[in-house]
Amino acid sequence: MATVNKIISRYPEGKHKSALLPILHIAQAEFDGWLSAETMAYVASILKIQSVEVYEVASFYSMYNLKPVGKCLLEVCRTSSCWARGADDVVNYIGKKLNIKPGETSKDGMFTLKTVECLGSCGTAPMMQVGASFHENLTPEKIDSILNNYKAEGKRRSYTDMDYKNTL
Amino acid sequence: MGKKLLIHNEHVANIHTLEVYKQHGGYASVEKAIKTMTPEAIVEEVKKSGLRGRGGAGFPTGMKWSFLAKPEGVPRYLVCNADESEPGTFKDRYLMEKIPHALVEGMITSSFALGVHTAYIYIRGEYFYVSRILEKAIEEAYAAGFLGKNILGSGYDLDLYVQVGGGAYICGEETALLESLEGKRGNPRIKPPFPAIAGLYGCPTVVNNVETIAAVVPIVMMGGDEYAKIGIGRSTGTKLISASGHINKPGVYEIELGLPVEEFVYSEEYCGGIWKGKKMKACIPGGSSVPIIPAEMLLKTAAGEPRLMTYESLSDGGFAGGSMLGSGGFMVYDEDTSIPMNLYTLNRFYHHESCGQCSPCREGTGWMEKVAHRLAEGHGKPTDIDLLWDIQKRIEGNTICPLGDASAWPVASAIRHFRHEFEALIPKKEVAH
Repeated sequence: MATVNKIISRYPEGKHKSALLPILHIAQAEFDGWLSAETMAYVASILKIQSVEVYEVASFYSMYNLKPVGKCLLEVCRTSSCWARGADDVVNYIGKKLNIKPGETSKDGMFTLKTVECLGSCGTAPMMQVGASFHENLTPEKIDSILNNYKAEGKRRSYTDMDYKNTL
Repeated sequence: MGKKLLIHNEHVANIHTLEVYKQHGGYASVEKAIKTMTPEAIVEEVKKSGLRGRGGAGFPTGMKWSFLAKPEGVPRYLVCNADESEPGTFKDRYLMEKIPHALVEGMITSSFALGVHTAYIYIRGEYFYVSRILEKAIEEAYAAGFLGKNILGSGYDLDLYVQVGGGAYICGEETALLESLEGKRGNPRIKPPFPAIAGLYGCPTVVNNVETIAAVVPIVMMGGDEYAKIGIGRSTGTKLISASGHINKPGVYEIELGLPVEEFVYSEEYCGGIWKGKKMKACIPGGSSVPIIPAEMLLKTAAGEPRLMTYESLSDGGFAGGSMLGSGGFMVYDEDTSIPMNLYTLNRFYHHESCGQCSPCREGTGWMEKVAHRLAEGHGKPTDIDLLWDIQKRIEGNTICPLGDASAWPVASAIRHFRHEFEALIPKKEVAH
């Protein structure tokens, strides 16, 4: 709650709705990686706005999950430069390895595979984002080790994580 | 070796810390601006520099600043657009991650010039970890007295905050960004009024790209006239280019505007040529929204002159024979690249990112994605190429914001220059009918 109040204090009086996007990120990280109707109602009560105002925002942006996801959301970029350097191979490789298609979650609940649009990592393509971490210049060997590490860790990964492992 | 003004310290160890950044001359522009210059004088230097918005539109920054309304008793805001989402563009991430204080310093100097007391950096949500790096830098700047109350004993106050987005390309459009910063869906506003009159919370606001703000630092230090000596004609200064695709050395390069395109692509100092010893087929030189052009047109203008990395030279020949510098998202495609499949990935991108507010864009982008997909997959109909052309024509110019145009131009240019590739993919029996 201290973090939430700190965020609200960044805006002029009466403009606390500005805090909605940052708070939704925190809520998603706190409540199992997705935004349920209950979670959204809770966020609405903190900001003293209507639940529907939260939903209309949460449903607009691609980073808010409105359905449950695995502990690690594997977001593989596939726009132009990533496509040109093998994004489809990455998606197929992960899909085969985990026996899931994009949008699906592995049986153990560990991984959800998602294809996404440009993540601003075109010079290190192909790449994927997992929580706060960017994994770049992917190869099958690299993917193996990344997935093994996450599996061994067994932790939920969120955008708000402080222990990110960007590889730039 | 060209002059570097923005990332010249990129390889200095710990340059992300205030201590090291200051040892290398950092924050001198804040000292100079606040202690020796008036806000008006700074705006004048930026005007003289000829600096143009580095986010893609290339609008003169000094002019944008001079439009800022200054009614008494109304706060005004500076918002940095760090929602870098244009496919092919990753220069702002590089700058913020490597040298975060370059942006923080630029924000302070620019805020002082604009008479702003609260400023925000709106960064795309996917760059969450970069927001942590910026927040750390801002914390250091507060502790050192460059932010907060009574900066350097001048009586000038400034608070600077980082706002993280939620994942939406459209929020790179400045009015959508402001909507998002107000905690709403990123639907672009109808202009006018422009943000300079009614922006964040209805108050006068300047929205500038990361690289634009960072460029204010060397402009204040060297003076606008000196800055304007770099580059050619109306393309002054240096530019960060994000190079990607089928080249040997993808990455972020700072170039002096005016560098020949051929040198940029083939010299070891920059892209290092095409990968695997292949030939270049095409290039999108300024981010996915600008026209794709064939290699020979990229390297030479219609008049046979070498093409240069400037706003003017890259657009020489208009849309029929040129492209644009845009955001500097320079994507290179080798001889084996399927232009229809590449176009399909871009159509899918714009469909995904359309905010849905204007029907030509909402419906048209999805339609183009569908048609481009069947063409690229070899299931197209003979009429599909003209259909695609027709759809993009009906989107262009008919939407509130430029996303509609941005979705149309890649389609028009791909068909204009590579129609034969689309035709070759249409099943033969279909052609016979």
